[in-house]
Amino acid sequence: MPRIFIDGKEIEAAQGQTVIEAAYANGIQITHFCWHPELTISGNCRMCLVEVGMPKRLPDGNYQNDESGNPVISYFPKLQIACATVVSEGMHIRTKTDSVVHAQEAVMEFFLINHPLDCPICDEAGQCKLQEYAYCHSRGESRFEDEKVHAPKMQSWGPTIMFDAERCIKCSRCIRFAQEIAGQDVLTFVNRGDHVKIELFPGKQFDNPYSMNVIDICPVGALTSKDFRFKSRVWDMSFNDSICPGCARGCNIKIGVRNNEILRIEPRSNPGVNKYWMCDYGRLNTYKNVNDNRITSPMIRWKDGLIQCSWDEAVSKAADLMKKYKPDEIMVLGASRATNEGNYILSKFAREILKTDNIDLISDIDDSFGDDFLKVSDKKPNYKGAFEVGIVPGDSGVSMNNLAENMRFKNIKVLYVMTDLLISHRPLLDELDDLELLIVHAQNNTYLTEKADIIFASSTFAEVEGTFVNIDKRVQHFGPALITAENLRHMGMKMSRLDKFGAPNDRWTQHDLRECLPNWKILMLLAEQFGVKWEYKKANDIFREISANIESFKGMTYELLDEYQGIVLGKADTPAPKINKYVSYVMKPN
Amino acid sequence: MNRIKNTELERLTFWQKIYLPEIVRGMGITLKQVFEPKFTRQYPEEKWTPEGSYRGRPVLVEEEDGERCVACGLCSRVCPALAIEVQAGETDRNKERYPVKFEINMLRCIFCGFCEEVCPEEAIVMSKDYHLVFQSQEDAILGKEKLLVPISKLRDRLEFLRQYK
Ligand code: SF4
Ligand code: SF4
Ligand code: SF4
Ligand code: SF4
Ligand code: FES
Repeated sequence: MPRIFIDGKEIEAAQGQTVIEAAYANGIQITHFCWHPELTISGNCRMCLVEVGMPKRLPDGNYQNDESGNPVISYFPKLQIACATVVSEGMHIRTKTDSVVHAQEAVMEFFLINHPLDCPICDEAGQCKLQEYAYCHSRGESRFEDEKVHAPKMQSWGPTIMFDAERCIKCSRCIRFAQEIAGQDVLTFVNRGDHVKIELFPGKQFDNPYSMNVIDICPVGALTSKDFRFKSRVWDMSFNDSICPGCARGCNIKIGVRNNEILRIEPRSNPGVNKYWMCDYGRLNTYKNVNDNRITSPMIRWKDGLIQCSWDEAVSKAADLMKKYKPDEIMVLGASRATNEGNYILSKFAREILKTDNIDLISDIDDSFGDDFLKVSDKKPNYKGAFEVGIVPGDSGVSMNNLAENMRFKNIKVLYVMTDLLISHRPLLDELDDLELLIVHAQNNTYLTEKADIIFASSTFAEVEGTFVNIDKRVQHFGPALITAENLRHMGMKMSRLDKFGAPNDRWTQHDLRECLPNWKILMLLAEQFGVKWEYKKANDIFREISANIESFKGMTYELLDEYQGIVLGKADTPAPKINKYVSYVMKPN
Repeated sequence: MNRIKNTELERLTFWQKIYLPEIVRGMGITLKQVFEPKFTRQYPEEKWTPEGSYRGRPVLVEEEDGERCVACGLCSRVCPALAIEVQAGETDRNKERYPVKFEINMLRCIFCGFCEEVCPEEAIVMSKDYHLVFQSQEDAILGKEKLLVPISKLRDRLEFLRQYK
């Protein structure tokens, strides 16, 4: 393991590592545009120039020492690029000397010669590497007085991406992403000198399932999202950490919110799950159901229609009706889209209060969805977790295998569904009319809610705190990103500037406050109607109980999960070592 | 012991100290003003037109082909009173974006002029309009229709900015 020194700080680097890799692994920043930890080295931007030196040797092969006994370092006369210089024993690197600062300023000046400086109309502004470096590493003025080179703006690269050739700084990250990660080699450089341009191969589109990641890695605003285009400025949004509910990979994400509406989703790096990426499906489709078509308050059936009611009315009505049935006439369905906390409480509710063995879980497998990169065919984020916390039929219980026929023969008269839509199990939908009582926790208006007798408005993944277990059994913790009537006090200060400081007479705060509750809170209210009082105040209280009672969760806490960015079931004592994360821009969006 | 010298009392003359003659002198001054020319402005019948340097309500500059604003949101960001809301949209014009919605809440605005100062397009400027009366909170939120002012009416201010900004 070569020992190197960066600005005098001793670092244990790995054999074959580059200087910039060693620096980031030790939390030291080196300016760069074209280097990305997951892409091959291209070394074209020259922003990572540093001074590199080696200890001087005497003709006899020994190191030369100065009077105080320290080795004399002889620095190379020309600066080297940190992204392509491999470390070697005793190497000294200087990143802050005058010559380095000079080089950074010169490189920045070159970049800005032909850059259109149209930040006011650019979606990247506020989280742009070029902007950031222009503040920190540039002279703040240009000596260039001639006409800039112009290039076409507003070019479509496919269904998801807009390209602005003027803003591009030719770092080639997008080309390398297309070749190496997305496997769709359709981008290339054309021309030379200051007329060099990125182009699509003739007749081709950049439209692979992971295309939108180039928007995140493009250090400037040359690549922007068609879906998001101009919806909001980043500094007006809040970005809270969450987990993508699109499939069982459980990619780590950030949810961009303004006025209590999700405007976009972007990946958050987690070396153990999704690295720096996420798929376009997760990015574009998972937030629509949170924004639109929501069930915003509890409802009960009244003369062929559903009417809104208070939580008290809904739970007391539900409890009264349920009490009329024998335990084995009731079937409870957990949800692979709900958190472990919700599912755990549901299992407890079914076993301890309803005393039924009829409890099961629907899986949602779509083989056409999975691929060999991130997407997996299990399209729900928490099947493994729900199973693990007890959503399993009891010994004599009805299970998914025979539920439909039990409903047809009226053995099961009551169906209690926690947020599942039953879409992936058509036979059940056809038997719904045979039921005497259908109670659902629902987030959206669906076929199921049309048939329901009682609807409890349930909070979506973006409004609750909880944990999911992904396809690799990794338990991941996430928190809410949106305000509901229930989490308002807790969430208020985590929202964007506008959401925080709005007053009733401001039009920009006029979002509706949904009266929905997390699943476990609904079940707690219901349990109270059955005479059982549970004392959970937050999701954390439930998770503590889970980790105390369930072997595979032993030793896990929210803090530990956050620290390690998720821990594999049963591995709380020996979690995989933390990897120092690389963050592609420093300026926080809020 | 310290004695404070040159107090107000010590500076008074004898005639000032006996007080009454000074009252009479003051009333004389008052009486004289009655016959002097009058400066009182009969507002609102008689209006005052401020100079270009005056900071009245912020307005948007409208040119022949529409507003200058590109909805960059910088004014909204810099506004210390959070008075401005901008929602951008896409346009076919060369500048790509324009404000679909631009609202200034005049109950919040403190006439600081930061929005004007930060605007990269010189699209929002402080006007000479100081006559701001509203019947309700809703009325005080001005939309694009009330904010857009033809550039011809803003020449003074634009000239002032050119010289002094
Ligand atoms: S479009 Fe962006 S990522 Fe691609 S070369 Fe240009 S600056 Fe780099
Ligand atoms: S791979 Fe799965 S978890 Fe990751 S972003 Fe796509 S849908 Fe979401
Ligand atoms: S700063 Fe100027 S261009 Fe930007 S939104 Fe405000 S008025 Fe429009
Ligand atoms: S003048 Fe000041 S307070 Fe008024 S809108 Fe502009 S920035 Fe806000
Ligand atoms: S990061 Fe090293 S040359 Fe671009």
